[in-house]
Amino acid sequence: MFTSTMFASILPEILILVLAILILVVEPFWKEEKRRNVGWFTAGGLLAAMIVSLLFGQPGEPTTTLGGMVRFDWLGFFFKMLFMFAGAATALLFMDNEKIGHRGEAYLLLLASLLGMDLMASSADLVMLYLAIETTSIPLYILSGFMLADNKSTEAGFKYLLFGALASTIMLYGFSLVFGFTGTTSLYQLADMLQAGNLPLVTAFGVLALVLIGLGFKVSIVPFHFWAPDVYEGAPTPVSGFLSTASKAAGFSVLVRLFFVAFPNFAESWTLVLAVISAITMTVGNLLALQQTNIKRLLAYSSIAHAGYTMIGVVAFSKELAIRELGAASVVFYLAAYIATNMLAFGIVMAFSRVTGLEEIKDFSGMSRRNPWLALMMLAAFLSLAGMPPFGGFVAKVFVFAAGVQAGYVWLVVVGIINSIIGVYYYLNVLKVVYLYRMPNEDEGNHPVPLTRPYVIALAVLAIGVILIGTVFAPWFSWSDAAALTLF
Amino acid sequence: MNFPVLSVITFTPMVAALIILLMPAQRRNETRAVALASATFALILSIWVYFSYDQAAAGYQFVEKYNWLPALGISLHFGVDGMSAPLVLLTGVVMFTGVLISWGDEDPHVKAGIQDRPREFFAFLFLLAGGVFGVFVSLDLFMLFFFYEIAVFPMYLLIAIWGWVVTREYAAMKLTLYLFIGSVVSLVGALVMYWMQYKNTGILSFDMLVMENAGFSQAFQNLWFLPVFFGFAVLGGIWPFHNWSPDGHVAAPTAVSMFHAGVLMKLGAFAALRVGIMLLPQGAQTWSWLIMTFAGIAVVYGAYIAFVQTDMKYMIGFSSVSHMGLVMLGLSTLNPTGLTGAGVQMFSHGVMTALFFAVTGMIYDRAHTRMIPELGGMMKIMPFAGVGFIIGGLVSMGMPGFSGFVAEFPIFMGVWQKQWLVAVVASISIVITAAYIMMNIRKVFFAELPEKLEGHVGDITVLDKVAIVTLCILMISIGLFPGLMVPMVQTGVENILRLLGGA
Repeated sequence: MFTSTMFASILPEILILVLAILILVVEPFWKEEKRRNVGWFTAGGLLAAMIVSLLFGQPGEPTTTLGGMVRFDWLGFFFKMLFMFAGAATALLFMDNEKIGHRGEAYLLLLASLLGMDLMASSADLVMLYLAIETTSIPLYILSGFMLADNKSTEAGFKYLLFGALASTIMLYGFSLVFGFTGTTSLYQLADMLQAGNLPLVTAFGVLALVLIGLGFKVSIVPFHFWAPDVYEGAPTPVSGFLSTASKAAGFSVLVRLFFVAFPNFAESWTLVLAVISAITMTVGNLLALQQTNIKRLLAYSSIAHAGYTMIGVVAFSKELAIRELGAASVVFYLAAYIATNMLAFGIVMAFSRVTGLEEIKDFSGMSRRNPWLALMMLAAFLSLAGMPPFGGFVAKVFVFAAGVQAGYVWLVVVGIINSIIGVYYYLNVLKVVYLYRMPNEDEGNHPVPLTRPYVIALAVLAIGVILIGTVFAPWFSWSDAAALTLF
Repeated sequence: MNFPVLSVITFTPMVAALIILLMPAQRRNETRAVALASATFALILSIWVYFSYDQAAAGYQFVEKYNWLPALGISLHFGVDGMSAPLVLLTGVVMFTGVLISWGDEDPHVKAGIQDRPREFFAFLFLLAGGVFGVFVSLDLFMLFFFYEIAVFPMYLLIAIWGWVVTREYAAMKLTLYLFIGSVVSLVGALVMYWMQYKNTGILSFDMLVMENAGFSQAFQNLWFLPVFFGFAVLGGIWPFHNWSPDGHVAAPTAVSMFHAGVLMKLGAFAALRVGIMLLPQGAQTWSWLIMTFAGIAVVYGAYIAFVQTDMKYMIGFSSVSHMGLVMLGLSTLNPTGLTGAGVQMFSHGVMTALFFAVTGMIYDRAHTRMIPELGGMMKIMPFAGVGFIIGGLVSMGMPGFSGFVAEFPIFMGVWQKQWLVAVVASISIVITAAYIMMNIRKVFFAELPEKLEGHVGDITVLDKVAIVTLCILMISIGLFPGLMVPMVQTGVENILRLLGGA
């Protein structure tokens, strides 16, 4: 029987699929030079899908539907909305990139990947989870290598594919071991099996480590981060933006569900392992970001560092605390702020390099005179990444740190804070180039950086979002909190 | 419900910043006019707050409270007491005068004030001003941090973009990193306090009025007082974390120097007082000797280094370290006399330093040098600036009849009660201060005008004069009528003493 709950639980996915099919049908009828309008169509369609889902697809009591494959709860729903928002913004950013935006396949692949992400956020079963991860990844491999004539892009796509395939096989091996030991693939039954203690600790650790490798690759935590800088640099910029935000958040949505639901309170020592990984990830990401001269590589390393900050929230989870869901809620909040911020950062890089063709940090000299508004938005994005108010990054960081302190991981928070300081240094250095340095001939007036309409819309929405998350943070937090509560 | 004057004061500059950003870049004078209008508005409101503060009732007044995030106990809770009302007024004054002297002169020969991208300059400056107001009126720890950071980061851009070409990049980054490190160190302490409060009382709240009753244990206070207090005190310029401050002063454009020395350093001292001393009073008692030692060193060391400077801005920068050391010294006494002195000194030094930097900026804009040996004869060219500088100098030396005396005398009395030796050592600074101020006045204003400067150095503008007069009136009126400020600060001090447990 196909009930209405089942329908509602995958309503966003259904709508995305419909949209994808529509694009397939409509696209050939559009003339070559009008193909970029597929971007409007995709973005508008995704927004409509979001509205429809908000109206008809809101979850009630958490339930497991579709034969135990999909979990229908606020956590999944909140992430789905985030992904679709990021997808819509990415579609707009695609539009005026001649290499990808004028080809319908790009939008189709984007939607396919979104479909996978939505399922990742809500899967309740290892089999479903694996399928969702692959559905997400494969279109992204193609998108990364989309510019066939560009060696770097091809390299990026191929590298991403090789790393991704390896990580995913390892994770699959982990899943198969989990099934072998427990006899179930349902995340919600795993918890009971594991807590009964029928698994030796060493074995369990091994299995968890295998799973962590797969997810660690997706969220790019150290030491599974090596692909990120090369891929971000080589891939088309809007794809890098999408990879570093939505794809990373999807990884975290699984991480949160897996570690909070399937392996809760697994062992204090396991939490310690996560804490150490978090500390190393932040530090490595930030230290390497210091050296970068290419803005996309800088953002790549900074996104590794941000995975580390987010991990603090993952670490800060145990059941005997005042606000026990704060750890998970802070992760969700952090990701929401981070998606808007990093998307904005990549969007600006995209908008700038589309006109100038340059991506080195020093090429941003004089940008504040060439386009003051773009520079201001860059200011918002980078200060938000650095964790400064009134932008989203500040509140997000404070919540994550608060969760860390609550769980008693003061040392981890101190590491996080030292890292924020390093971060401030390199983010400000970029802003210095933007605001202080001049172009070689000081003739910025003759080199404007015009923005096309899709950029204006996408960037303005993202910038306002970054500020709203950072000032009126109560609703965002209540949603994150509601999402996190459904884990219990 | 009453008129929410404090939130209006806080958000006026921020809204103004937004409006200014939305104006076309080439409408330079309109930009300045909007800036001046909103600064005047904020000033009028802060004067109104100051004079309608009911000293008999004391306590926190003009209180506004809006729940911002009830789940975590974060609220937008504003209120001023006798300690913060003068600082709100100070911010209003410095903001107003800062806009006046940044207006400058479009004449290409003079090019005084801010001529490069005034739109962005005023927007960032006002964002900073909004943050400063916010810290002074916040009664919620989370919001205090929120505004504190807003007050810190525009500094980087203001110095790096409009600063002195030679050191601006270095100084801006140094300043930002110092201040950011300080604030995040305090933030860890604040988060630990927050959860400790929950453990003790079961209340989740960042509200400082609630946190006062959190019942932190002696050992906890001893441990966490240090990061919280010194994290903020970095911005207060306490020795040995003062190093960013003279560099920052020197590199900053004039209005930013005024803000920086006049208001931002008070921000550090004020936050250290409100969060460090008032929330962790027993920790403060344990460590007051350490603060007193550091502050004592700062007072003498700062004055001595100021004495040997040849660059006027460095001289004033180090004199700020010395005078802020006096504020810290007053705070460290934890007795009524010393705390009152510290409160008045924050205001007095803010006005005085703002005046010093304003005059120095006016001289530099016109003579294109700040080196004391290269200057001279300014009294003839810009008598207004000269008289202003002399009045500021008298305040700085602590002459009776000026606000400096009203502030410094109680500080030394308070320190004497606690530890007479420190008072004796610190009072050396008065002599050194007198020496360098006098020498500076003699050389820069009264010595013969060097040939190099003859002809092309002109007088200051009318707006500059208005700024100087405003600042001077404040210093003289408080010096002559201490009753304008001292009783008010005393009501704030009583509140602190209540937390310290009698005395």
